[in-house]
Amino acid sequence: MSEHSTYIPGNAVEKWLDDRLPVVRFAREHLMDFPTPKNLNYWWTFGAILVMCLGVQIVTGIILAMHYTPNVAMAFDSVEHIRRDVNGGRIIQATHAVGASMFFVALYIHMFRGLFYGSYKAPREILWILGVLIFLLTTATAFMGYILPWGQMSFWGATVISNIFSAIPLVGESIKQLVLGGFAVGNPTLNRFFSLHYLLPFIIAAVVALHIWALHVPGNNNPVGVEVKDTRDTVPFHPYYTMKDLFAMVVFMIPFAWFVFFAPDILGHPDNYIMANSQVTPAHIVPEWYLLPFYTILRAIDFNVLFIDSKLGGVIAMGGAMLCLLIVPWLDTSKVRSGTFRPMFKWFYGLFVLNFLGLAYLGAQEAAEPYTTLAKVCTAYYFIYFLVILPVLSRIETPKPLPTSISESVLGKAHA
Amino acid sequence: MKKHSFILAAAALVAGLAMAPAAQAAEAGMQPERQAWSFGGIFGTYDTNQLQRGFQVFREVCASCHGAHLIAFRNLMEPGGPEFSEAQVRALAAEYEVADITADGGVRPAVPADRWPSPFANDQEARDANGGSMPPDFSVLAKARGVKDPFPTWVFNYFTGYQEGGPDYIHALLTGYHAEVPETAPHGEDGTPFQLPEGKYYNDYFPGHAIGMAPPLADGVIDYADGENGVSVPETLDQYSTDVSAFMMWMAEPHLVSRKQTGFVVLIFLVVFAGLMWGTKRKLWAGIEH
Repeated sequence: MSEHSTYIPGNAVEKWLDDRLPVVRFAREHLMDFPTPKNLNYWWTFGAILVMCLGVQIVTGIILAMHYTPNVAMAFDSVEHIRRDVNGGRIIQATHAVGASMFFVALYIHMFRGLFYGSYKAPREILWILGVLIFLLTTATAFMGYILPWGQMSFWGATVISNIFSAIPLVGESIKQLVLGGFAVGNPTLNRFFSLHYLLPFIIAAVVALHIWALHVPGNNNPVGVEVKDTRDTVPFHPYYTMKDLFAMVVFMIPFAWFVFFAPDILGHPDNYIMANSQVTPAHIVPEWYLLPFYTILRAIDFNVLFIDSKLGGVIAMGGAMLCLLIVPWLDTSKVRSGTFRPMFKWFYGLFVLNFLGLAYLGAQEAAEPYTTLAKVCTAYYFIYFLVILPVLSRIETPKPLPTSISESVLGKAHA
Repeated sequence: MKKHSFILAAAALVAGLAMAPAAQAAEAGMQPERQAWSFGGIFGTYDTNQLQRGFQVFREVCASCHGAHLIAFRNLMEPGGPEFSEAQVRALAAEYEVADITADGGVRPAVPADRWPSPFANDQEARDANGGSMPPDFSVLAKARGVKDPFPTWVFNYFTGYQEGGPDYIHALLTGYHAEVPETAPHGEDGTPFQLPEGKYYNDYFPGHAIGMAPPLADGVIDYADGENGVSVPETLDQYSTDVSAFMMWMAEPHLVSRKQTGFVVLIFLVVFAGLMWGTKRKLWAGIEH
């Protein structure tokens, strides 16, 4: 790894430690002295906010697991037991439940920031791919966590989503049975989802470590998208960015606390306060809001394409939507990173953000006109953006002139 | 460019919300009217007297069919709830018998630590006694029901913290019965009049309108004790419904008051802390062109 620190062990003990396990040197290099572009805006604070979110979920989750019972007969009541009888339980439980939503708010902002400022472009492809991997793991973790309260939406959400596996030709049904531990969602499903829900956050934490490692090789991208030229372009991470990130974290905690203390149930569905019942299907089965955009894409394919039936088609579309994110570094070949200097890209990007919100909205609607047609239109734009617009723009767009360095752009702004 | 991306995000948000038309499910009942709950809004707290009256309605009417298995007798004396005295709760509990395999004869009088006894031994027995309909347990029922608001109301709900859809719905349901199928009843697609199945009752707010529960409350069915100062509470269907809905909300969310109290402390702390952090950050960055 790169050497940025001028660390000299201060005394004999530090020297002794530094020769054997240079943790202090490592911390100095990566948490304190790391040179960071001085022009990062507040969209860049969401990385630190996400680390906080993961920490909050792990800490509250470990405490919840001490009081939770993963059994179909007792799970629902054990969550209520946490809310009613465990000391501080209602705050811990609400923080964990609301925390999942806040995690995804931060996650989506972080990803859309990367998409606007071209943070996926060389030499940051691996950094981006690890990020997409974290997104997928977090989605899986959140989905399995939502099963645990064993309410009606937990049960039926699991039933609908696990059906995705059965769309795979030949082996689909076997995979589905392996995932569920039986022919339908039941006690074995609850047990294994609980086990995996406890495991995955630690895998996420490990991938986050790789993500930060991959970040610290090329260093941060920045709003101008011009690489760091010399030390005048950067400031040490500590205290400048530790302070800025901490401030942003505290601000982020304000809406977080608002939901925890004043509207803890507003982000959930009332049906999840009814215990799971395999004999009663809810009128509308809706996943949690953060899965809705991809749920819409899954449902949008309601027609057969050649030998691919609509069910498999939907699964391919949803998988493809995530695959697009993985390969975006090679779809957008424009040399200019930041969307600020790309006059055409800006508009298509803005439309893409609106379109994504539209996909989320449509996911919560019933499968009827005009929603089904709109869902197809939005799904089409999602793919066209990645597969057509980005590659074509890279060729035909004339970007605005770039500043020669970060310092120049900063000075230009100061004197404007 | 910082400004630019904020504008972009704000525009995206506004447009995303504006796109949302009211999605009304065809089979849903009518939209319940919002009631003025003492526990509504961020400053709302439960009205102890109302909870005591609601408990009376629950005990004298609802509890003959509906259980509340998560509620213990001791909850009735906890702060923020109906706040009965310990002596009252002990006396109340002693009136009930609970199953206990370690007791002589398998039953004993309840103590405050016991849960509210269910009226039926199991779901099947409950169905058999109610013409095939299952009376739902009341423990979290007020949170298991909600109101789907049209745009833009649902957007405002996030900022007002509106969480009273459940009691609004229950109040509407209890007051929404018709003795006969009204003219407002939905017609079939081919114009056939609404068919009320045998043993069902017509309700404006119940999804599908045919509910298995007979109208449980009517004017004057419960005798409210007069207050110490001689003030009497009206013994009307509307009053009973309001009181029992409030009590059900308390059962579903017994710690609502302390949750909001903690919330104020947390939010005030965070806002002040954020202000201090902002000042520190500005001072630190003052010498850096960025």
